[in-house]
Amino acid sequence: MRVPLSWLKDYVDIPIPIPQLAERLTLAGLEVETVTYIGLPGAELPWEPDKIVVGELRAVHPHPNADRLVLAEVEYGGPAPEVVVTGAPGLLALRGQTDLHIKVAFALEGAHLYDGHAPGFQVTKLKATKIRGVPSRAMVCSEKELGLSDQHEDIIYLPDDAPVGVPLADYLGDAVLAFDIKGPFAHLYSVFGIAREVAALLDLPLKHDPRRVVERHPVSITPEPDFIVLEIADPDLCPRYSAAFIGGVRVGPSPFWMQMRLRLAGMRPISNIVDITNYVMLELGQPLHAFDYGRLRPRPGERRPAIIVRRSRPNEQMTTLDGTLRTFDGEMLLITDGGGPVAVAGVMGGLESEITDATTDILLESANFHFLSIRRTSRLLGLTSEAAQRFGRQVDPELTVPAALRAALLMAELAGGTIAPAIGDVYPGRQPLRTVELNPADVDRILGVEIPPEDIARILTALEFTVQPTTSPDTNLPMYRITVPSHRPDVTRPVDLVEEIGRVWGYDRFPPTLLRDELPPQRPNVRLECAERVRDLLVGCGLDEVITYSLVDLADEGKLYPQGPAPDPARYLRLRNPLSADRAYLRQTLLPSLLRTLRENLRFQERVAIFEIGAVYLPVEGQPLPDEPLRLGVAMTGPREPRSWLPDRQTTPLGFYDLKGVVEALLSGLGLSGAFERGQHPAFHPGRCAEVRVNGHVLGIIGELHPLVREAFDLPEGPVAALEFDLEVLIDLWGAPRRMTPISLHPPVYEDLAVVVDEETPAVRVRDLIAQTGAPLLRSVVLFDVYRGEQVGPGRKSLAYRLTYQADDRTLTDAEVARVREKIVRRLERELGATLRGAG
Amino acid sequence: MLEQLAQLEAEALQALEKAQTQEDLDRWYHTYLGRKGALTAILRSLGSLPLEERPAVGARANEVKRRLEAACQARTEAVRQAQLAQELEAGALDVTLPGRPLGPGHLHITTRTLRQIYAIFAEMGFQVYEARDVETDEMNFGLLNMPPHHPAREMWDTFWITDDVLLRTHTSPGQIRVMRERYPEPIRVILPGKCYRYEQITARSEHQFFQVEGLAVGRAITMTDLIGTLTAFARRFYGAERRIRIRGSYFPFTEPSIEADIDCILCGGKGCRVCKYSGWLEIAGAGMVHPVVLANGGYDPDQWSGFAFGLGVERPAMLKYSIDDIRLFYSNDLRFLHQF
Repeated sequence: MRVPLSWLKDYVDIPIPIPQLAERLTLAGLEVETVTYIGLPGAELPWEPDKIVVGELRAVHPHPNADRLVLAEVEYGGPAPEVVVTGAPGLLALRGQTDLHIKVAFALEGAHLYDGHAPGFQVTKLKATKIRGVPSRAMVCSEKELGLSDQHEDIIYLPDDAPVGVPLADYLGDAVLAFDIKGPFAHLYSVFGIAREVAALLDLPLKHDPRRVVERHPVSITPEPDFIVLEIADPDLCPRYSAAFIGGVRVGPSPFWMQMRLRLAGMRPISNIVDITNYVMLELGQPLHAFDYGRLRPRPGERRPAIIVRRSRPNEQMTTLDGTLRTFDGEMLLITDGGGPVAVAGVMGGLESEITDATTDILLESANFHFLSIRRTSRLLGLTSEAAQRFGRQVDPELTVPAALRAALLMAELAGGTIAPAIGDVYPGRQPLRTVELNPADVDRILGVEIPPEDIARILTALEFTVQPTTSPDTNLPMYRITVPSHRPDVTRPVDLVEEIGRVWGYDRFPPTLLRDELPPQRPNVRLECAERVRDLLVGCGLDEVITYSLVDLADEGKLYPQGPAPDPARYLRLRNPLSADRAYLRQTLLPSLLRTLRENLRFQERVAIFEIGAVYLPVEGQPLPDEPLRLGVAMTGPREPRSWLPDRQTTPLGFYDLKGVVEALLSGLGLSGAFERGQHPAFHPGRCAEVRVNGHVLGIIGELHPLVREAFDLPEGPVAALEFDLEVLIDLWGAPRRMTPISLHPPVYEDLAVVVDEETPAVRVRDLIAQTGAPLLRSVVLFDVYRGEQVGPGRKSLAYRLTYQADDRTLTDAEVARVREKIVRRLERELGATLRGAG
Repeated sequence: MLEQLAQLEAEALQALEKAQTQEDLDRWYHTYLGRKGALTAILRSLGSLPLEERPAVGARANEVKRRLEAACQARTEAVRQAQLAQELEAGALDVTLPGRPLGPGHLHITTRTLRQIYAIFAEMGFQVYEARDVETDEMNFGLLNMPPHHPAREMWDTFWITDDVLLRTHTSPGQIRVMRERYPEPIRVILPGKCYRYEQITARSEHQFFQVEGLAVGRAITMTDLIGTLTAFARRFYGAERRIRIRGSYFPFTEPSIEADIDCILCGGKGCRVCKYSGWLEIAGAGMVHPVVLANGGYDPDQWSGFAFGLGVERPAMLKYSIDDIRLFYSNDLRFLHQF
């Protein structure tokens, strides 16, 4: 919504600077996005007050040396009239005439203007010159030269009452406020509606109310006017239909002032009749439509043409003003005449009954339509208009007659028409005005500031609410009975009034306070705390956190199953309206996005170790909403240590054991320990994949990627270690209370033990057996060497452990340690077929 | 015998001079003073001397022993000093060479921003409540005072899964969930999470982004409390010198509705490209919880009141760190993430 300040001033005085006005409106919820100045300081082309003035064309003399040029004699407040050479077509037509009183925009030597002939807008300085032998040092300006439009066909003709010699900036300079109106409020989509807000905000009276045109120009209002048959077949979608008749108009251009205002408000001037409908819409907020009366058809057997407002019949068709053939469904509301559709109600007129240069009689529609119907039609047809924008926001039904009369009067004045003495008006949807009881204590209760009762009354009254003091029947305390004006269908409850009071009184006057209310019970949040702890631990392990999209390409999840089958789309949540095919499904694993991220980053660095914590989306049979468990995903590849100058840099690649180390550190940091067993997953190398359990619960899978998966994700050769864990398992297990283990004051005994076992025997079995058998004196078992080779023979491996024995109450003797060790060795031999390999 | 002792002493002292290391000294001690050493041998052989010679030779032998031990101690100290000096000299490093890289990891910038927000609101008694991403139409719109066909629904471009199921367009459905769970307790929570909108991905807009919703419900919660809470947040997050502007706005689930701005952190309010020459940056949409929403959450709007606000997460980080492209948050380019 764009509002020229000059137009606003028709209704309310603006005694404050424009930026201050814009700020005040913005604070009250009418956000002024930009202020554009026209001709004033701050404009792209300020009109110099001493060089660009209102002039009066007094005579047009022939040019002595040219047929296509004339000499215009212009009075401009200087000592003598100035004579300028011009080729403006409007002035050529006046050649030879004297005693003229045509007001023009007049630029004197040295004025900065846009070059009318150059493409685009280029500033040029007006210089004295000679044109075909006649000196000329001033100029009558076109709209383009002043930056008002790109029109350079003819000069500007100012209204007759323009004061000669006054700087043009004072007379025509303007500022346009561009609003971003939030919310479905049609009452703010008009100059008058904004003026009402300004008056309330500045505590000023409205200078005049254009809706009172009916009082000044009484007309009879009848459902059965003699010029048309009006019928609303579907009153649920059309609460009111009013129509005026204007006969004998001459279609032509509208006057400069109207064109100027339309343009500043963002609309294109078309013809006087169409411009008047737009002008009144901008002024009052009531969309109007002008039909060529001569094109409207009566129903069979009737004399007068008819307007029937009804739902479309299925597949009914009509060509709209924009030249497009439209097909309607059975819910769309149409304006029809005796022969068929003539307009899409509230959205756009039909081409057939459009105003043309030949039109002489006008049927002016001023109606009210149900906002949801208009929104639906507009959306389904993909067709919007200024009218549809307003109707879709609930237009005040009381506006139809004043707007029709206002426009009719303008048509009589500017197009020479004659108004029929009656206005047709069918109003089946008339509603009584709503009343709302307002308890002043509620204003304070919601806002937290005490607003004086007289301010409450003043603000609501200024916004056209009727305020009637009463007392509460329950408490006998003062109350207000508020009558809501017809233009505020949004106000239905006391709190809606509280908002009006608050925003007009001014939020900038509200003191900030801290919550004084009771502090709610505080609760632990294990889920968040665990996830955050996991993040910190993994970052501590040298991993980088990433956050990827929840919406993925199903083909990417398929890459995890190189030997098939591909994931079944039916088992995924799928968007009905995806942005693109690769963002159509909700993920069920974090791995594909992590692997993509890995590959992207490998373009820039050789070592990438990343993790993500995020939800996956698992449909639940028979329920509309999926499970959204949190998962942890990790992927890492590249050299174990970042590149550096140090000679002992480890260039071996990150692999299974590095990731396992991370998991062990993670679990240890959470006070948990995991059990790793050979695992199977199609995405992982079959020999390098483990299932991880904590306290018997499956946490997830860890391993090095299957070479085919690596290829599918376009990752370079070399191991890629990855895991995906169910974070919910960790969340459940984490945080169980722990007891500290006392620290022994007695010295430990250290011993190394190397055993040779079959290759197939998992190391964890050897370790567990040693630990079990050695308990309670054996306190720790650390594997420090794995050896395969000649000394142990084929199919065998040697595992060397450092054992730590300790007692809490005494210093252990060699004999005690030897007994435990003997037990361990015997059990290893018996259960695992182990042999001792040189003890230390 | 006495001569023998004198010769031994001279020889031993000479040998001691040559000792350069602790090992040399140990060997020397072994040779002369150890259990099988030369002097010990002499002392042991005293018994074979004639009785009258014994006191003189014995005294002399003990004197030599004392003298050699003293010399050995002195020499040990000298060797230790020499070694220390050498170690200090040879151990000098070029301290300007880079350190051994540990390759520490980085939290995602969004996590860091969220944690800052959590910490600030925790001080004001707001705890984190997490709600789901996939929501029903009813939770995302209907119960938030936007029944089907409500025009305000068009404020959010929605990803639909079925007629009734969608990806939440804002964190506000969490308001209903937490109210229904906590009634009749008062509430003070923030609700962080991913939101989704059907928007083309550009430098300015993403189809997935984070929001933090705030909700306070109690017996006496007012608009001034909301303004105070947002002011406290803005000054903690953006700097104590920030100015805050509150202006009226419209959201279907709050009444009255406001938006909060801060003076532009780049130009200080003079007007620049980032603040679109307005001097202000919007930081939150907010308002008093609409009576319909309170009632849908189970709270009688005549007895209870509340406020709610919605904060961006990526955008504040973009302002704070001069990031000009929101896509960087989801590109996960480590060259970007490593900067935070």
